[in-house]
Amino acid sequence: MASASLISLSQLPVGANATLRDFPKAGTAFLRLREMGLLAGTTLTLVRTAPMGDPIEIKVRGYHLTLRKSEADHILVEPAA
Amino acid sequence: MALPAHITATAAGATSRQPVYALVGNPNCGKSTLFNALTGLKQKIGNYPGVTVEKKVGTAYSQHGQPITVIDLPGTYSLAARSPDEAVTRDVLLGRRADTAQPDRILCIVDATNLERNLYLVHQILDLGRPVILVLNMMDLAARSGLEINVDQLEKLLGIPVIACEAIHQRGLIELKLAMSRADLPLARHAWTVPAAIAPAVSEIAAALVEGDRKSPLVARAEALLLLTDQDSVRVAGSTPLSPRTTEILRAWQSRWTQEGTDWAGTLVSSRYDAIGALAAEVVQLRTEVGPSTSDKIDAIVTHALWGWVVLGAVMTLLFFSIFTLAESPMNWIDGHVAALSDTIKSAMPPGDLRDLITDGAIGGVGGVLIFLPQILILFFFIGLLESTGYMARAAFIMDRLMSRVGLNGKSFIPMLSSYACAIPGIMATRTIEDPKDRLVTILVAPLMSCSARLPVYLLMIAALVPGERVPVFTKVGIMLFMYALGTAGAFFFAWLFKRTLLKGEPPLMIMELPPYRLPGFKDVALHMLERAWIFVRRAGTVILGISIILWFLSAYPKAPEGSTPTAQLAQSFAGRAGHAIEPLIKPIGFDWQIGIGLISSFAAREVFVSTMGVVFNAESADENTAPLRTALLSAKWPDGRTLFTPLVCFTLMIFYVFAMQCMSTIAVVKRETNGWKWPIFQTLYMTGTAWILSFMVYQGGRALGF
Ligand SMILES: Nc1nc2c(ncn2[C@@H]2O[C@H](COP(=O)(O)OP(=O)(O)OP(=O)(O)O)[C@@H](O)[C@H]2O)c(=O)[nH]1
Ligand SMILES: [Mg+2]
Repeated sequence: MASASLISLSQLPVGANATLRDFPKAGTAFLRLREMGLLAGTTLTLVRTAPMGDPIEIKVRGYHLTLRKSEADHILVEPAA
Repeated sequence: MALPAHITATAAGATSRQPVYALVGNPNCGKSTLFNALTGLKQKIGNYPGVTVEKKVGTAYSQHGQPITVIDLPGTYSLAARSPDEAVTRDVLLGRRADTAQPDRILCIVDATNLERNLYLVHQILDLGRPVILVLNMMDLAARSGLEINVDQLEKLLGIPVIACEAIHQRGLIELKLAMSRADLPLARHAWTVPAAIAPAVSEIAAALVEGDRKSPLVARAEALLLLTDQDSVRVAGSTPLSPRTTEILRAWQSRWTQEGTDWAGTLVSSRYDAIGALAAEVVQLRTEVGPSTSDKIDAIVTHALWGWVVLGAVMTLLFFSIFTLAESPMNWIDGHVAALSDTIKSAMPPGDLRDLITDGAIGGVGGVLIFLPQILILFFFIGLLESTGYMARAAFIMDRLMSRVGLNGKSFIPMLSSYACAIPGIMATRTIEDPKDRLVTILVAPLMSCSARLPVYLLMIAALVPGERVPVFTKVGIMLFMYALGTAGAFFFAWLFKRTLLKGEPPLMIMELPPYRLPGFKDVALHMLERAWIFVRRAGTVILGISIILWFLSAYPKAPEGSTPTAQLAQSFAGRAGHAIEPLIKPIGFDWQIGIGLISSFAAREVFVSTMGVVFNAESADENTAPLRTALLSAKWPDGRTLFTPLVCFTLMIFYVFAMQCMSTIAVVKRETNGWKWPIFQTLYMTGTAWILSFMVYQGGRALGF
């Protein structure tokens, strides 16, 4: 897996699909996200950003989830070709 | 046949004991809708996560009329609880709540459109080793989004009853009730191997929990697994700390894994999702790919960078506009009837204290508040629409950035929006906030959002402020919007201040599900609105009636010498004396002792201000016909002949009501939710202090400018 192709979730353009590759193991936010089904290998779509640019809305496992850019910064994804 | 005594006793005990079912599932999957359908109760439902924040017990009847106890619980994504509402669910399920019997059977409700994430919680619950019935709710939506779910196959794989259902349309209820009354519910074929790296830790911790913490073996294993899902053991242990032995073992394993670089929590979560993924692959099929949903199309506008704000503004303006225009005629109608009733009694009864008690005390007090019923109905109708369509969650999404400026998150906006109706459900709704400090800050500022009890005060003051019928309705709407905006700005300011000083903390998280829009269930909205209206009417008929009568006595006794003016009588009365006692405090903000009586009585409930003004000023005018309260207010004077309710005073009074904490019930709820008197006292002081200071600035400033 070429790490060069990985970008952070907050850099993903609106409307793009990506596969989640890695995120921090510790921290309340990441534990919760994991329990909500965001795991390495999960595919997601960046649906939109809020009117003021933050938070963002993603679609994952068939539902819509919002999270802040401060968390999305630490989530590494591989954009779909 | 004679049985030994102890056997008959247990047999009888077993049959007479009703089965207890807990309703568990992810937030917003339809638990309360199903609970209402099963029990006929009216739990609040709404289309956003976190509507239910406390358990509610009800009784359902099986097809044969056997009673079954059902407990509705707050939704959660995991048994490792992160917020107080989730902790309620965890504690009830694990049998830690002293006031609730541990449920012996569990009704797991899942949103069929979103099986994988929903099954995660189910997977944790199956660990508890209790009989479980799986309810696939929202089958209508699953079908619409092109999903086909093989219910029989799922039932076979899990080994427990699986019932397809549409709670909102009452579909699948009979099958569900039949399953619920089965005496022999099978235990799940819960084929799930704990990852090898973690298995020894699970058994060791489970053993420690059995010995050290006296847990039953099944619960112990489930709790051990939960403890290893989360780095913070408090989320699982809650208010009952783990025994030192268990803590020690847990720590030892954690540090060992940390050294080895094992992501234990992640491993557990992934292995559960792996098991779920395998299950879902066998039972779920995406038949047809559907294009962008209606929700997506609506959201493209509602959360648009520009249109989003336009929509938010339009919704608010429309709300207040309807309050002034739509309510006008029903309000006049109620007013006319109240006045007519009063006049009938006045002409039918001989003059005297009893007549005055009935007309000025009871009818004046209750009627004065009742005429605002139409406005209250409109307010609740709008809030109901926002809650049932799914707009609430979008409002939180749009507002998150602003909220983060003051150190809170968008989730805090939902309790604040609910507080427009009433601060009490607003404060309850803060239970969904994870961080205790953020939650406390939200509790402290929520009552600054103007609640429905302030509405009558604002309306009365606006009527006195711009009495002309020719004043365009937009002026009135504008003043009203200003008061609501002022309260909201105040809430933001104090949230910012408290987060910066008293309750410093991490910037909070904002992880929230955005549910798809749903057509508002007009029946639900109407029911909820009527229920709130009924609470309002009941309050008028009980609390406000009581206070009005007491107030009438306090203002009629002790009696002044025969032949005194009504004002002299009031001044001499108990109420008048109390008003005089606080007059020095409120004179600087333009209020006299008569308004003072209103301020004091408002501490019971804000809308009592209106009834008090009715008692105080109608008693004073004491003519044979009941004049509209507005006219009575406008003719009130200071002793030196100056008009009392000048526009400036009316305005200042509204400012005072925006900020002052005058609600016993809110104080009581804050005390309960913060476990003590410290915060409610602080809140009362800071809010009322701010009210006074701002009123002082507005009144004195206004005077200096010549108003
Ligand atoms: N289309 C459809 N909508 C449903 C169904 N069941 C419930 N709903 C809707 O789903 C939304 C959530 O329902 P609630 O009963 O409040 O959900 P809950 O699980 O109690 O939610 P929390 O208390 O927040 O955890 C409401 O808007 C309901 O009208 C269903 O079978 N089909
Ligand atoms: Mg609910």
